[in-house]
Amino acid sequence: MARAVSNPRKALNTAIAWGIGLLIFFPILWTILTSFKTEAEAIANPPVFLAFDWTLENYSVVQERSNYMRFLWNSVFIAGGSTLLGVIIAVPAAWSMAFVPSKRTKDILLWMLSTKMLPAVGVLYPIYLLCIQLGVLDNRYALVVILMLINLPIIVWMLYTYFKEIPGEILEAARMDGAGLKEEILYVLTPMAVPGIASTLLLNFILAWNEAFWTLNLTAVDAAPLTAFIASYSSPEGLFFAKLSAASTMAIAPILILGWFSQKQLVRGLTFGAVK
Amino acid sequence: MGRITLDKVRKAFGEVEVIPPLDLTIEDGEFVVFVGPSGCGKSTLLRLIAGLEDVTAGQIRIDGEDATMVPPAKRGLAMVFQSYALYPHMSVRKNIAFPMKMAGIPQDEQNRRIEAAAKALNLTDYLDRRPGQLSGGQRQRVAIGRAIVREPAAFLFDEPLSNLDAALRHGMRLEISELHKRLDTTMIYVTHDQVEAMTMADKIVVLQGGVIEQVGSPMELYRAPRNIFVAGFIGSPKMNLLTGEEAAKRGAHTVGIRPEHVSISTTDGAWKGTVGVAEHLGSDTFLHVHREGATDPMTVRVDGEFSARHGDTVWLTAQEDQIHKFDADGLRIA
Amino acid sequence: MATQHSRSAARFMMAPAVFLLLVWMLVPLSMTLWFSFRRFLPLRGGDQGFVWFENYSRFISSSAFWPSVQTTLIIVGGILLISVVFGILLALLLDQPMWGQGVVRILVIAPFFVMPTVSALVWKNMFMDPTNGLFAHLWRAFGADPVVWLSDAPLFSIILIVSWQWLPFATLILLTAIQSLDSEQLEAAEMDGAGHLSRFGYIILPHMSRAITIVILIQTIFLLSIFAEIFVTTGGAFGSRTLTYLIYQRVLESQNVGLGSAGGVYAIILANIVALFLMRIVGKNLDA
Repeated sequence: MARAVSNPRKALNTAIAWGIGLLIFFPILWTILTSFKTEAEAIANPPVFLAFDWTLENYSVVQERSNYMRFLWNSVFIAGGSTLLGVIIAVPAAWSMAFVPSKRTKDILLWMLSTKMLPAVGVLYPIYLLCIQLGVLDNRYALVVILMLINLPIIVWMLYTYFKEIPGEILEAARMDGAGLKEEILYVLTPMAVPGIASTLLLNFILAWNEAFWTLNLTAVDAAPLTAFIASYSSPEGLFFAKLSAASTMAIAPILILGWFSQKQLVRGLTFGAVK
Repeated sequence: MGRITLDKVRKAFGEVEVIPPLDLTIEDGEFVVFVGPSGCGKSTLLRLIAGLEDVTAGQIRIDGEDATMVPPAKRGLAMVFQSYALYPHMSVRKNIAFPMKMAGIPQDEQNRRIEAAAKALNLTDYLDRRPGQLSGGQRQRVAIGRAIVREPAAFLFDEPLSNLDAALRHGMRLEISELHKRLDTTMIYVTHDQVEAMTMADKIVVLQGGVIEQVGSPMELYRAPRNIFVAGFIGSPKMNLLTGEEAAKRGAHTVGIRPEHVSISTTDGAWKGTVGVAEHLGSDTFLHVHREGATDPMTVRVDGEFSARHGDTVWLTAQEDQIHKFDADGLRIA
Repeated sequence: MATQHSRSAARFMMAPAVFLLLVWMLVPLSMTLWFSFRRFLPLRGGDQGFVWFENYSRFISSSAFWPSVQTTLIIVGGILLISVVFGILLALLLDQPMWGQGVVRILVIAPFFVMPTVSALVWKNMFMDPTNGLFAHLWRAFGADPVVWLSDAPLFSIILIVSWQWLPFATLILLTAIQSLDSEQLEAAEMDGAGHLSRFGYIILPHMSRAITIVILIQTIFLLSIFAEIFVTTGGAFGSRTLTYLIYQRVLESQNVGLGSAGGVYAIILANIVALFLMRIVGKNLDA
């Protein structure tokens, strides 16, 4: 039970916490503000915070000049596709491991985790070469598959920890009630695990959206998602702060919103259930 | 119909044998209770009958047909679980309908059976609620409703009352007994509570370490326990077991005397002792009497109005014709 | 606890995931191993046969190797130190009663969701740019000369940027750990006469120790392979070349696949050493 805390103490906590919170959030806030400034205001010294002429011009310039929508669509396609595909493959696997555990289940789970720890750079060239050989360099579908494979261990793990919380008796009851394997998963397990599956989808969408090794190294034009779009601002356009800010804001806004919904699940997903 | 036969059924988890080869026949319409301490294999046995576990060896026949390799869904049995195992995302109606949906029973027939079951179980007002919004007793009834509508060959109950409080437990005990009388279907009921076993069963199967210690009607078990384990397990409070001189005098290794078969007197009797703790139930009182020269107190049932204070001296006498005798292996001497 | 039937179904349903991951692991890994034993320059003569361990010894003896290991250690160590120490402090702070706790949590966690390329670019240009960056403005306001961050203090800059991204992660996990502490334990300690400091030292910190270990291990694995932040900011120049970046340069920039692959094998071994510890903890948790 929480005890009553004196108001001055609480006010002090609040002030410090908000101060630090705003400090940490400041770069994001500043980016968003700058995206509405003119280029001159963006680099003004002393900097202006709110008293500037708000404009949407940067957004239209960014869209016109670099076809933002195409990058956005690629990001959505790659992140969404890899996540969906991963969940479809992971649900049966997680069901098996959670409800029909065998002596090897633990080893398989840990082995899956270990594939996640393979440093990407160690296998960069083979993957690069395979993509060229198969003619799928700079191809959206190839990235869907690769990012799916990268996140599959996390997806299996997250689903596994969620499934573990569903009492096995309920699935046995379904079996006694005449449900086959398909009906058991479709009518009983999946609906019960909806919250868990949703958070798994959400977190992995975020991870795939922000993935910036394979998306940078395996795309050029056609399949390039927002990570590559932003990297292209590295120079010299990056010196146009207002436009850089507009492009950045557009790249992070969708995920920032999704991310705030998923903070609770984030912990479980990223620690493989070791911290809940 | 629901005649279930276990023929040399054996179950091992890896190296560990939990049920050595075992034979048992459950007649159609019988209410059979598997009872024993936790870990005695009673739940495993039930799960073997349900098909939720494979038998390691042996055969299970339902109505004469070999069901050993038949998956649980196809055995025509219904089960009520300890945790009720209701589907939390479905309304009560959908929960009850689920087995019928799986069996492909037409919608109007489904509705008819749901209405009938709901009426019989007092659930009519709750059909559109979720399990989470129900009390423990109501959930239990939904689980039973879900079992009834399938019209199974037999009902399996896995400690269904252990999550209920004492008052509800008594009520549900009566309801399940009542249900059995009405449906006249085979029921197999697992519990660790000998009171449930005694009050509900047509036939009790006492298990220990995966082995059947005794099978019989409640009164058979009460009157003639086959060994010390059954003697100590059936009956409440427990039978007093005496060894040494008292047993030798009667030509046994151990003798057992139930608390209700000892008479008490303030003036004279076979054994002299002092009163220890007295447990008053109102109608009866159980006295723990410390006999002279004995280490363990003897439990004695006396009338509720009998007054004795801690430390009082009393005399006890056992009814000789009610004394159970056991040999050195713990087996009953006829 | 299951039947033969469900066990075979389980094996069947696990197969796709296991098979895919097995292929994903084995094929590229064996290719990397293969290349690491060969002299392979795609643009300068292609595959020129086995050289066995020459790539391995050349990779280690190259003048870039030890500095890159050092850089990696400084960057990873720096970020770990910052995110764990400040993460604990922040978690303790956020656990205190206050108004608008939910909002503060959101503010603090936000940087973790920012795309790595975005955070690197925003910091590089809008904050660290020596003429127009906010830091330059700030320095001038105090009459100091602006610092050319990325070339004068490249490691510090990168540590700052990446810490900004990972501090939220550490904070969130440590906060979750603190909140899972049974308050009765703290009350019992208080009844036993423990003050604030001893409660932190004897109850809270030990309770958090597992979470701290996990934070360190997971972050180490991710940080060992940070790429985008360096790619966008310094491009590996000014002594900011980590082992990962060195391998990337060998493989894709100078197209010396054999040498790069040998480096890749080193990186894999290094990551596996860390992973081993992490898996032990996670595995223990599985048994519980």
